[in-house]
Amino acid sequence: MGEPIEVILLRQWSSYLGLPVFIMGESGALIFYNEAAESLLGRRFEESGPIDLDELSGLFVTTAEDGSPISSAELPIGVALLSRIPAHRRLRIQALDGVSRLIDVTAFPITGHGGRHLGAVAMFWEVQGT
Amino acid sequence: MRARLWGTRGSLASPGPETVRYGGHTSCVEVRGGDGTVLILDAGTGIQPLGATLGPEVKELHILLTHLHMDHIQGLGFFKPLFREDAVVHIWGPISAKRHLRDRLARYMSPPLFPVSLRDLPCLLVVHDVSSERFQAGGITVDADLVCHPGPTLGYRLSEGGKALAYLPDHEPALGARTFPQEPSWTSGFGLMDGADLLIHDTQYTSAEYQEHVGWGHSALDQALAVAALARVQRLVTFHHDPSHSDEQLDELHGTIPPELPFEVIPGQEGAVFEVE
Repeated sequence: MGEPIEVILLRQWSSYLGLPVFIMGESGALIFYNEAAESLLGRRFEESGPIDLDELSGLFVTTAEDGSPISSAELPIGVALLSRIPAHRRLRIQALDGVSRLIDVTAFPITGHGGRHLGAVAMFWEVQGT
Repeated sequence: MRARLWGTRGSLASPGPETVRYGGHTSCVEVRGGDGTVLILDAGTGIQPLGATLGPEVKELHILLTHLHMDHIQGLGFFKPLFREDAVVHIWGPISAKRHLRDRLARYMSPPLFPVSLRDLPCLLVVHDVSSERFQAGGITVDADLVCHPGPTLGYRLSEGGKALAYLPDHEPALGARTFPQEPSWTSGFGLMDGADLLIHDTQYTSAEYQEHVGWGHSALDQALAVAALARVQRLVTFHHDPSHSDEQLDELHGTIPPELPFEVIPGQEGAVFEVE
C-alpha cells in the first residue's frame, strides 16, 4: 500500500507553501519536504527521496536558542512524533550550507481518520533580524 | 467473482431517452462471489431494481458504501431485502470521528427525508464502521482504504481466488498534484488498484470540464487512464458519468481514448456484466 491519503494531501498542500515544511512518517523518517525546505537540506526531494532518521540527524546541528545542546526528543518534531502533541520552540540550526540560523519551529502530529498515528509535520520560520 | 453494473451515473439520477444506453441510475454494482456471496457496492438508485431480483433464497448480503453523498445512498430506502424479517444485511461504510455510521445513515433514513426510520426496518441490520483495513464479506476478502474525495470516502478492493476487482467511483487522485500521475506510493488509491483485473473508476469529466471542477472530488477520463496505466490493471470500466452527459456525448468522449493502451477500456453501461476469474 502507498502513503495514506491524509499524508498525500499534506504533501500536496505543502508543495504550494512558501515556508519550509517537513513531513515525517510514523517511523520518524523524513518522507517529504517541500521546495522551500530544500535550502535547509541542500538538495531537492526529487533527488534525495525519503531520508531516514539516522541520515537526517547528520544533516543538521541543532541546539537550543542559547546554543546549549538539545536532544532529539526535545525538538518539536520529536515531541510531535513521540508524545503525539503539538510543540513549538525557537532553535538554532546549522545546515549543510554552514550558515547558523535562528528559527521558530512548529510541529504537530498527524492523527488520521479513525485515530491512526501517521507521523508529524514540522514548519519552519527563520527569525528575522538575528 | 461476477460483477454487474446497476447504476453508472454520478451525482444525480438522469433517466431519459438521452441516457438509455449508459443508464440513468446512480452508483450501484452487484458482485457475486464464487460461493454465492452477495456483495453490493454503493446504494445509489440502481440498488432498487437490483433488490427486486434478490429473492428469499438470499438470506445474507453485504452493502459496501464508499461514502454518504446522496447519490450513493439514495436507493437504500427502496431496497427490498431491508424489509424482510429473515434477511441479514451488513452495511459497511467509512468511519467518522464523531458519529457512528448507523447514526449518519439514520439522518437520511428518517422523517422528514424518508418516511421509514432505520430502526424500524424489519431485517437484521448490522452496521460496520470501516477505516483503512481488511475484512471478510462472506467468501470475498475486502481491502478498504481512504481515497481523495471530499469527506471520508473509501475505495474498495475485492479479492477472491487470486483475482481482484477495484472500485473507486468517486476519486480525484490528481488534486493538488504538481505533476500527475506521481509515483505510485504518492498516488491516492494506488494500493487498491495495483494490478487489479478489473478497475471501476470515476471518469466524470472531460479534461476541459475538470479544469472547472478542481476539488469537487472527481476525475477526468484521461486522469483515470493515467492511474489505470500506473496501477497496471487489466481492464478499466469507466464510471460515475456526469449527469449532463448524453449517450452521444459519452460515445464521443470514449472515442478519444488512445487505441494502444496496455489495458482494455470498457465504457461503463448499465447492465454490463464482467467476469473476474
